[in-house]
Amino acid sequence: MTETLIRMEGVSKQFTKGVLAVQDMSLSINRGDFVSLLGPSGCGKSTALKMIAGLLPVTAGKIAVAQPTTKSEQDLGFVFQEPTLMPWASVFDNVWLPLRLAGNDRKAAGDRIRAALTEVGLSRFETSYPRELSGGMKMRVSIARALVTRPRILLMDEPFAALDEMTRMKLNNDVLRLAAEHALTVVFVTHSVFESVYLSNRVVVMAARPGRVAADVTIDEPWPRDESFRTSEKYVQECNKVSAILKSTLNMDDIDH
Amino acid sequence: MATSQSTTSAGIRTWLAGAAAPVGLGVILLVIWQASVTYYAVPHYVLPSPVRIAKALAEDWATLGLSLLSTLRVTFVALFLAVTLGVMLAILLTQWRWLERSLLPYAVVLQVTPIVSLAPLIIIWVGDIQVALLICAWLVAFFPILSNTILGLNSADHNLVDLFEVYGATRWQKLVLLRLPASMPYFLGGLKISGGLALIGAVVAEFVAGTGGSGSGLAFRILESGYQLRIPRMFAALILISITGIAIYLVTNWISWLILHRWHESALKREV
Repeated sequence: MTETLIRMEGVSKQFTKGVLAVQDMSLSINRGDFVSLLGPSGCGKSTALKMIAGLLPVTAGKIAVAQPTTKSEQDLGFVFQEPTLMPWASVFDNVWLPLRLAGNDRKAAGDRIRAALTEVGLSRFETSYPRELSGGMKMRVSIARALVTRPRILLMDEPFAALDEMTRMKLNNDVLRLAAEHALTVVFVTHSVFESVYLSNRVVVMAARPGRVAADVTIDEPWPRDESFRTSEKYVQECNKVSAILKSTLNMDDIDH
Repeated sequence: MATSQSTTSAGIRTWLAGAAAPVGLGVILLVIWQASVTYYAVPHYVLPSPVRIAKALAEDWATLGLSLLSTLRVTFVALFLAVTLGVMLAILLTQWRWLERSLLPYAVVLQVTPIVSLAPLIIIWVGDIQVALLICAWLVAFFPILSNTILGLNSADHNLVDLFEVYGATRWQKLVLLRLPASMPYFLGGLKISGGLALIGAVVAEFVAGTGGSGSGLAFRILESGYQLRIPRMFAALILISITGIAIYLVTNWISWLILHRWHESALKREV
């Protein structure tokens, strides 16, 4: 019943300049999991995500990402830390990009683009240019673009780190809603304990130098969550638990933070 | 549509307001020039009055017009070749780095060697004087386009490059949908420089060539007028060159605005 979509086995990554970014990382991510990779900067969490996306070659070990069951354009959506939009293209054209690269013209892709924009609440901004949007809206465009191909897997690399608290909370709820609606499997990189506990049903805590998995914590609370969870006793307890683990990995490395 | 019309006319009004100051200053200077030349009875072979220059321009228009056409032809053909070859070469060089490493130093050598010192050689080597002029003008206009476009093609946001990778973009898709649009601000910066340089290159080459005849350009008219002490005509030719330069500047700026005004910082007006 549990289908493994992403499997990392003994994965290591050493950059050409010698930095060992990830060491012997093993991780299985099942269908429907919302997994957060949590850790201090330099713990290799973004590197791990990029290896899953196929953007970086592994030095050792193996990564297997399940092939799509149906023939679709793209089974994997990626959201970067920055909105990463093309400034010269309208919101519509930015969301069109993944479909366009797969050979769909504007007309054939139109309905799916509009649907994706409606889902992130930007249907009125089709013709706007990125510079005309706020930081949160740009991020929504970026999410719409990742969802437009109807992927099963969504990889997110600290997507809300640069946003203000209110916008971040709102987008957290949007991501939860979209993940549940589309039965997405999400790997979410963050350095925020609160964000990781709120969003995910598994928090993978990583330690730095070299990057490795320090703990794999299950957040055993009803999912998807809503605002009431943020103020609950359970949330505080889970956050304390994850914080303690994160702290112990920092002490382990003897790094001043 | 009414709003767009009113914003257009408002735009024209602000443009006119902006142009009023320099035009006004120009008129005042011309009046002072005319008055001083008349009052101090300056000989026209030293400094002709604006009226006399205008008269020379009108009287010699048959000759000067043809020369203007000749200079314009060399300038624009050279600029056109600089743009097409510059962009094409930039694309090739950025696709294959070893090509960039081996070719670019020679492009730099050509760029840093003053065109005045190269022109005589080119004129000797190339039999056809028009072709020689074209090569000289092209040589100076080519490099800014090449180097700026290379810089632009390499300036695409790394995350966007990654994004294209994630979606399995082909080399061609990456070039057309990402690298070329990202290079536009840089290319247009190069175009603005090269537009002026093509004119300078053409004029310098004409000076060096120094050939007469009906097909010769404005620079030759300046040389000729100098020998014949027809200074008003010399000024008239000079004014035509300046106007050409200003026109090129305005047109390249306008092209740049057309392409960039919707998205690039350089073309955006900040609200106050």
